[in-house]
Amino acid sequence: MKKKILSLVLAAVLALSVLSMAGCGNSGKVTLNVYNWGEYIDLSVLPEFEKETGIRVNYTTYASNEEMYAKIASGAASYDVVIPSDYMISKLIQEDMLAPLNFDNIPNARYIGEQYKGLDFDPENQYTVPYTWGTTVVIYNKSMVDPADAAAQSLDLLWNEKYSGQILMFDNPRDAFGVALSKLGYSLNSENPDEWKAAAEELKKQKPLVQAYVMDQIFDKMESGEAAIAPYYAGDALIIQDGNPDIDYYIPKEGANFFVDAMCVLKDSPHKAEAEAFINFMCKTDVAVKTAEIIGYATPHLEAVKQLDPEITGNTVVYADEAVLANTEVFLNLSPEINRLQSDLWTDIKKD
Amino acid sequence: MHRKSLSRVAINAPYTVWMAIFVLVPIALVVYYAFTDAAGRFTLQNVASIVDYSHTFFTSLELALISTAICLVLAYPLAYAISRMHVKRQSTMIMLVMLPMWMNFLIRTYAWMTILEGNGLINRAVRALGGEGFHMINTNGAVVLGMVYNFLPYMILPIYTVLTKIEQSTIEAAQDLGANRVNIFRRVLLPMSVPGVISGITMVFVPAVSTFVISKLLGGGKTFLIGDIIENYFLGNTGTVDYNIGAALSLVLMILILISMAIMNHFDKDASAGGIM
Amino acid sequence: MKALSKVYNFLIFAFLYAPILVMIVYSFNADKSRTQFGGFSLRWYTELFHDQVILKSLYISLALALLSALIATIIGTIASVGIHAMRGAPRRAYLAVNNIPVTNPDIVTAISMMILFVFFVTKLNGMEMGFGTLLISHITFNIPYVVLSVLPKLRGLNSNIYEAAQDLGCPPVPAFLKVVIPQISQGIVTGFIMAFTLSLDDFVISYFNSGSTAQTLPVTIYSMTKRPYSPKINALSTLLFLAVMALLLIVNFRRSGDQKKEVHS
Repeated sequence: MKKKILSLVLAAVLALSVLSMAGCGNSGKVTLNVYNWGEYIDLSVLPEFEKETGIRVNYTTYASNEEMYAKIASGAASYDVVIPSDYMISKLIQEDMLAPLNFDNIPNARYIGEQYKGLDFDPENQYTVPYTWGTTVVIYNKSMVDPADAAAQSLDLLWNEKYSGQILMFDNPRDAFGVALSKLGYSLNSENPDEWKAAAEELKKQKPLVQAYVMDQIFDKMESGEAAIAPYYAGDALIIQDGNPDIDYYIPKEGANFFVDAMCVLKDSPHKAEAEAFINFMCKTDVAVKTAEIIGYATPHLEAVKQLDPEITGNTVVYADEAVLANTEVFLNLSPEINRLQSDLWTDIKKD
Repeated sequence: MHRKSLSRVAINAPYTVWMAIFVLVPIALVVYYAFTDAAGRFTLQNVASIVDYSHTFFTSLELALISTAICLVLAYPLAYAISRMHVKRQSTMIMLVMLPMWMNFLIRTYAWMTILEGNGLINRAVRALGGEGFHMINTNGAVVLGMVYNFLPYMILPIYTVLTKIEQSTIEAAQDLGANRVNIFRRVLLPMSVPGVISGITMVFVPAVSTFVISKLLGGGKTFLIGDIIENYFLGNTGTVDYNIGAALSLVLMILILISMAIMNHFDKDASAGGIM
Repeated sequence: MKALSKVYNFLIFAFLYAPILVMIVYSFNADKSRTQFGGFSLRWYTELFHDQVILKSLYISLALALLSALIATIIGTIASVGIHAMRGAPRRAYLAVNNIPVTNPDIVTAISMMILFVFFVTKLNGMEMGFGTLLISHITFNIPYVVLSVLPKLRGLNSNIYEAAQDLGCPPVPAFLKVVIPQISQGIVTGFIMAFTLSLDDFVISYFNSGSTAQTLPVTIYSMTKRPYSPKINALSTLLFLAVMALLLIVNFRRSGDQKKEVHS
């Protein structure tokens, strides 16, 4: 019995010491909470940053802009650096949740191409440093899809009954509705409820053909040939192709979403200077090269572009040129009414 | 006397305060949010909007009931067989039943994806044998399988516990009196094991009806259960955070479970009354 | 009939263990494939031990399980003594409240606590979600299980000894520690172990109540299931499985050892 009590006490002491270490360990060192998309960084750069600056990084990930927003909006979690997409950034700016950046602390931001700065979501270029850009594409497996069907380069492929059970779809409403709205020829930022309802009908029609609604699970399912067709982001198509040479992709002729994901600092961050140091570090040329190589997305970092394999930067789907971009549209922040409608319609599609 | 009651208050104080703040207040907050709108005004709208989700409630109930029934059918014979084994063997077998439960259910559910996929292990084996392959993953059937797999031990254990209390001599006495297998099961085993069956049913049904993970992993986001909707409203996966509707759905779920448990307890009383006769 | 029953038992156990076996086998896969086996390799184990996110969340899970079980055991044991002395309506009320976290679905407990925490954070600007909120929520769902395992032991307690000790001049607290606690120690230990394992295994409540700074292992595993497949998850599962098996074996051996000792003495 005594032994048991002793072991309990020991356990308590152990736990307490563990806790004190977990809590405020290495006092004096700042810990930065970085919240990013999954599979969106070369993890080896984090220890490099810690070594270089003495700032610790607590790195966590999310699967969608909406998930990230809910977490920071509840006020329950405190992050310093987040890397959301354009429309989510403008929402955050509108709701006064971002801190203006002090670009004196981010000298490396000069490497970022001017064409990616001052876009609609941050017209004054006050809050953001672009991290990646790209378009949505349709990815398909050449050995499973009839070349004639793919040749049309159309979104109709995602609704083709021939491939019932082999089609994957975005598991977030904004991207999924984006596809449906493009298919119908409507704006991705439509403020007309009827157009949204029509898009919802399209998605409902598609549901029986869909194998699964997924986000990053797309990588395995496409690589292993579990699924034949999926819409996703251009940079990821490249990575999937690396794992399976049968994979090909195209920017749909009906139009696509042009996106920019950018690094921001949250207003409530107690470590603004350190957060800016992190952003500056991510904009170092060698780090930007590593990032671009591992995640496959187009980088807005001009020096990095020069150093990357020309085969990658010459890829006109990933590094889409002006002509292609003319047929794309950036997501803008939707009005609260349309946002609510979108979320209700999405729940409706999923629950039936 | 006075000192004694005072010390009793002192003894209960930490527990009372803790449970009040962290159990009762949160439940009260759920009720509060369920009956107010975003501005904090009283409304019945949230609770009324449950009608929109009746289909989802129905699916959740259906899948949970099917899983519970399958668990019961699968668990009873095994629990009985174990309860008739040699005592030493019994504890080994029960350990074997419990061991998978100690593994995190996410990991165990995830492993099923590998087995059930179109190019998964079952289909590979079937094709190697010249078969056609089946479509299994991302269906309601896969979700039911995930539930049965995860919660089966919860059914085996309580049934086993009551069955061990039935003496072998009772069964033998019934046999001596000329009862056949069916009659022994119907007149002796079943009535005596009702309490175990009841707690097994509750232990399987409650987590099954409220899960949101199994449906996500094995249903491919196509099977939407009530847990998924609650999760979405609290974590904003659909772009909208709405605690009010989320709370209303949770409240309904809670009441639904309370009702089904009351029904089960009723059965329990009836059965044990019958058993004594 | 006997043979049939054996086959049946085998099938059920095959069902229970098939996924675990699959995980163990594929944790040694040299390929990154989920289904193709490309030779034996330990690379996923090496990668696992270099994954800071997983290691940190394991550490948080262990600390959380130990602390929450310990605090819940203390509060729950004291409460059991109090509840044991109660009669009638108050006792029924206490037991009813005690049962709420046990019978409520996890997701309801989780969101009810989340509302409470968010309410405190936004309205009262108190704390932020993190290890603190995780600890509070885990203690809360652990306490009832401690009470449920200690209370039955108190029923068999001989209260005369406690009173005798006091009559002999021992003050109430030492008398309680020296006389009552040893008699209910088995229930306390069971309660502690149960609380520890429940906390370690919990996903739903942690998922809703972890903030930016503290993530438990199950929450990390969940985010891994949403990302491209890595056999690391299998390596982790295999290690956890072995740890659990070792623990169960030790507990079992010790118990049978104890029983033997009892028989001999």
